Amino acid sequence: MTATALLSQAVQLALALALAPLLVGWVNQCRAWLSNRSAPPLLLPYRTIRKLFMKDAVVASNASPLFRLTPYVVFGAMCCAAAIVPSLATDLPFALAADTIALVGLFALARVFIALAAMDIGTAFGSLGARREMFVGFLAEPALLMVLFTASLISGSTSLPSIVDTLAHRELAIYPSLAFAGVAFTMVSLAENARIPVDNPATHLELTMIHEAMVLEYSARHLALIEWASALKLFNYSCIGLALFFPFGIAQGSENWAAIALAVPVLVGKLALGGFLLALIETVSAKMRIFRAPEFLGTAFLLAVLAMLVHLLLGS
Amino acid sequence: MDFSRLGLSAATLASAVPAVRVPVGSGQLVPACRVAHEQGAHLVALWASDERDRVGGTLVRVALQDASGLAVLEVAVPDLPDARYGDVSAVFPAAARMQRAAFDLVGVASEADDQRPWAWMASWPIDRYPLRRDFEASPKWEPGQEDYEFVRVAGDGVHEIPVGPVHAGIIEPGHFRFQIVGEKVLRLEERLCYTHKGIEKRFESMALADGCRLAGRVSGDSTVAYAWAYSQALEALAGLAVPPRALWLRALALERERIANHLGDLGYLGNDGGFAFGLAQFSRLREEVVRTNLAAFGHRLMMDLVVPGGVARDLDRDHAAAMVDEAKRVAAEVATLRGIYDEHDGLQDRFRTCGRVTPELAARLGLVGMAARASGQARDLRCDFAAAPWDALAVRKAGATGGDVAARVAVRFDELAESLRLVRSIVDHLPEGDVRTPVPDVPPHRLGLGYVEGWRGPVLVALEAGPGGTIRRCHPHDPSWANWPVLEHAVIGNIVPDFPLINKSFNLSYSGQDL
Repeated sequence: MTATALLSQAVQLALALALAPLLVGWVNQCRAWLSNRSAPPLLLPYRTIRKLFMKDAVVASNASPLFRLTPYVVFGAMCCAAAIVPSLATDLPFALAADTIALVGLFALARVFIALAAMDIGTAFGSLGARREMFVGFLAEPALLMVLFTASLISGSTSLPSIVDTLAHRELAIYPSLAFAGVAFTMVSLAENARIPVDNPATHLELTMIHEAMVLEYSARHLALIEWASALKLFNYSCIGLALFFPFGIAQGSENWAAIALAVPVLVGKLALGGFLLALIETVSAKMRIFRAPEFLGTAFLLAVLAMLVHLLLGS
Repeated sequence: MDFSRLGLSAATLASAVPAVRVPVGSGQLVPACRVAHEQGAHLVALWASDERDRVGGTLVRVALQDASGLAVLEVAVPDLPDARYGDVSAVFPAAARMQRAAFDLVGVASEADDQRPWAWMASWPIDRYPLRRDFEASPKWEPGQEDYEFVRVAGDGVHEIPVGPVHAGIIEPGHFRFQIVGEKVLRLEERLCYTHKGIEKRFESMALADGCRLAGRVSGDSTVAYAWAYSQALEALAGLAVPPRALWLRALALERERIANHLGDLGYLGNDGGFAFGLAQFSRLREEVVRTNLAAFGHRLMMDLVVPGGVARDLDRDHAAAMVDEAKRVAAEVATLRGIYDEHDGLQDRFRTCGRVTPELAARLGLVGMAARASGQARDLRCDFAAAPWDALAVRKAGATGGDVAARVAVRFDELAESLRLVRSIVDHLPEGDVRTPVPDVPPHRLGLGYVEGWRGPVLVALEAGPGGTIRRCHPHDPSWANWPVLEHAVIGNIVPDFPLINKSFNLSYSGQDL
């Protein structure tokens, strides 16, 4: 582990923290444009987070320490995830500590904490949201693991940087296994990030919420951390998707500062395109009934298994 | 309706639609309701008036409607502690809440089993009745604590979700108590009446001519329907013929109100299905329509346009031409949007079979208005009692039999297209002449009825004049009274996250049923 590697790691983490709200703002702008509305400011998520940090927190009188702890745990988990997902360079000292399975575990940890905190106060909506979140989660996690296993089989390693190194160096061709895995990953990402068609991040209807129902009781700095963590989660999922399926432009190693500098605009460009596609999917879809989620995520799982079979049988 | 079997005589009432008044004895109320029910009548309204100063008791009135018109059954309940009137809800289930409200407001009890308060929310002492004439409104009471007994469902895994009265969105207040197992709704119970404003009491201190403004504020989204119904009642009492141009302009305003509300609702129905694109498009169209209202009539919702004797403002040529152009353009855009809604499989999956009210259930519970037309109850005052100007316009009645959210969406689209056609037709054939005529004095102590097909359903205004041009009693009755209880049934067996969509497909008024 060199000092430059550490520095590159730090730059990546800082970039993730800084860019995540921008990605959310961009997606919201695209959604507005696609439905012929005038868009909210691009920097609105930053202002929201700043506003929330400046407010006094209100916590229910029967809240346990778990309720106060959860925003920090969730935010911390998303930061850790951001540290092991290669977004700019593949030489990540922290990534040695955790592979893709640990990454899925990090997301699961955040989910467990936020669901427990939602039930902690004892309101009907919190429990309702927690129940639905676990319902979506237990279907989404296996599908995500399958996608990551397919990528691991191709590269022979479960470490994300090595997977990306391998995938970035193969010759340019369409890999059927990766195509299946890519579709599966997109579906899982929609569900995991509480987007339409599984959840609606913009709804005010408390009875239909999943993620929003769990965080109804949070305010001020706690809510700011949760909002920021949600943005980071979207950013992380986007970066995992880009790293697995469009790894071109990610710098190899950490010695090459020019390559890292070049990777920044490439990443921003890819995220902008990805954000637009997400907004497009959300605009043309309606939210499905919650009991359609098993079909939706079941399809994702099936596609991920197909991806793996295609790789094992055809070797492509 | 024919009550001769019971030996009851009917007297003609002052009303825009054919109406009779049928005084009944206390034992005859329920039999008379049964006779009417057998003849296909449904309940329109039930209300009570304190008449201790005139007849020594309370008058309970039950308005029923069938194909021949309205019949108002009148029963006098003596001012005795244990005097009660027959339980109308045994025949017409929709009467249950009206009977409970009549007790809270006037202190006259029915024989029904359910004697829980409805309009009373501990904001005045339980032994005072605001609509009694000796009620002192001046004291300031400390709001008390109400202990409302919700019906509970017991069983393994059954639990309760209380929702509201404060909601996450900016809507009217209402409490919904769900009994659920998993995501499935076993029972929903509504607790409304968080919006009591004392409107009926306020009427009693107003002059007949001023009451129209208050009537137009009972439920803002139906202001034209209410103001017209009030004016109809007053004009019927005065025996006044309104100038034809005024009638046509009222019809124009009523159709524009329907257009604005259907546009808004169709947008929100898309949004509640997670399809925000629809909300953006329909909201834009609605905004265009209400801005044209503002330019032509001076108010976005056309409040105070309809006044007794006519309309307050004439329509000039430029605005008339603008309305025709707008109607054409909006119709074309709505047709495109309907195609998008109809062919969107995600949205249709949410709409179809969701919140179903079968035609049998609708008939049994007395569903009215737009929601009833989506459940096979083909009733529309504009067609069934086509007085001027509807007789010249040949309104096409919308209808569906599915009774689900999809059916209510389809009926809205059909009515929207028809209303846009009517706007063009009305402007094209608008008669010339005056738009307002003075209202002569009205004899006291007579009942007049106004009955108008608002966008949500028929709005009834029962108006009784007092001496010297005052209002003795005015009861505006919203179609939401009849439809709220049906919503409770529509939700049974659906999943919790579908409730907002079902609720929006009815879009009932909280304020209208809680005066």
